[in-house]
Amino acid sequence: MYTEKVMEHFRNPHNMGEIPDADGVGTVGNPVCGDLMTIYIKVKDNRIEDIKFKTFGCGAAIATSSMITELAKGKTLEEAMKITRGDVADSLGGLPPIKMHCSNLAADGLHAAIQDYLKKKEAKK
Amino acid sequence: MDHTAGMPVDPRVLEAMLPYFSQQYGNPFSLHSWGNEARKVLEDARAKVVALVGAKRSEEIFFTSGGTESNNLAIKGVAYRNKDRGTHIVTSTIEHMSVMNPCKSLMKEGFNVTYVPVDKYGVVDIQSLEKTITDKTILVSIMYANGEIGTIQPIREIGEIVHRKGALLHIDAVAAIGQVPINAESENIDLMSISSNDMYGPRGAGALYVKTGTRIQPIIQGGGQERGLRSGTENIPAIVGMGKAAEIAKAEMKTEGERLSRLRDKLIRGLLEGIPSSFLNGHPTQRLPNNANVRFSYIEGESLILSLDMLGVACSSGSACTSKTLEPSHVLLAIGLKHEEAHGSLLFTLGKQNNEADVDYVVNALPDIVKRLRAISPLTPKEPLS
Repeated sequence: MYTEKVMEHFRNPHNMGEIPDADGVGTVGNPVCGDLMTIYIKVKDNRIEDIKFKTFGCGAAIATSSMITELAKGKTLEEAMKITRGDVADSLGGLPPIKMHCSNLAADGLHAAIQDYLKKKEAKK
Repeated sequence: MDHTAGMPVDPRVLEAMLPYFSQQYGNPFSLHSWGNEARKVLEDARAKVVALVGAKRSEEIFFTSGGTESNNLAIKGVAYRNKDRGTHIVTSTIEHMSVMNPCKSLMKEGFNVTYVPVDKYGVVDIQSLEKTITDKTILVSIMYANGEIGTIQPIREIGEIVHRKGALLHIDAVAAIGQVPINAESENIDLMSISSNDMYGPRGAGALYVKTGTRIQPIIQGGGQERGLRSGTENIPAIVGMGKAAEIAKAEMKTEGERLSRLRDKLIRGLLEGIPSSFLNGHPTQRLPNNANVRFSYIEGESLILSLDMLGVACSSGSACTSKTLEPSHVLLAIGLKHEEAHGSLLFTLGKQNNEADVDYVVNALPDIVKRLRAISPLTPKEPLS
């Protein structure tokens, strides 16, 4: 039911782990619903210098987490904010319709991490 | 190790069926000799099912298209025929959808349905059952054993209570038939659903046991086959296959049941001992010989299934992510699991094709899979798991 690309990212997820001194952290989802995703970002000169994730969920949730980190790495914050769930699913060669919410979650997780970074930056001023 | 989802047809069953497609295609309804022959074959298969379920007379077995139809016929057929006596039906919270949904549809037609809870092992709460049955109760429908968590119900005891209260007892024995010995007569059962494909028979055949004297009416009407309770030309090849499967199940149940129970216990023990924060779902001893359902904290079932599939192992999960509805299994929620616990459950159902090497393979492979997924999961605690 999954594309080979999804299975590849499920088998060998990229950027899996935590960033202890992350500049921004975004957690989305709910274990009650079967998926929870945390995205950590390190920002330098308005660019996502490093990004990592941790995910509880199905194969699609893990693969979309991995893919969003790939898509966002090295991007400016503005570019990263423009990454949509469609981009995530497309880069994975598509997702089954019932799993589209996983790609939603990944995009939301990234955006939440960026917003967290911006909020912290604002607070420091 | 996913036999509940689909079992192969026993080669002996297939062999018995083959002549009835293109060589002996008589219709039992016909008066000529081909019809006679087909009638004989039909009654021979019926006798084998009678022997398997412990019916008293061959007139108590009605062939259907499978377990789902048998459950529908039992519940709706009894409800419609007995509504002059009452409109209350009692069932449990862990029933199969083919019991749940007919009950739901009867509620729309004015019947009342009460769902009796189960304990943490999935055993029906007997006291609550007894209190629930009133003089308006016409039918109690409880499954013999649950195919997902394996728990076997105390049917004889339930039957005594139901009969004392003057209601009828329907048993959905689809998951249990061929696995454990069942005697409809001595276990106080009035109606019982079974299917062929859960005992290595073909799909498309099932039966409903209806004890003599039970008031029931048909839900499929037509030419009056199966003594008017289930019209439609008999599916002779499938029925022959079901008869053969019943015969084999009866002959081999004891040895195969003991073999599977040993494998099951080895698998459960191996997983619980080899993987921290793992737990058994269902009853530790009152359980189907083929069923091992284990849950692992902090991870999700579909990713476990995918990982095992990559190693060539097939199994199921109670996780929402493996269903069409995105809701976790109602059975796992009914035994008191939290949603996130239900998500992390794996179901292995063993069968004739499985051996000790298969069990060892899973017991050896799963700890690393669980470890990997836990490393990815943000729910996993930092301190070592016990």
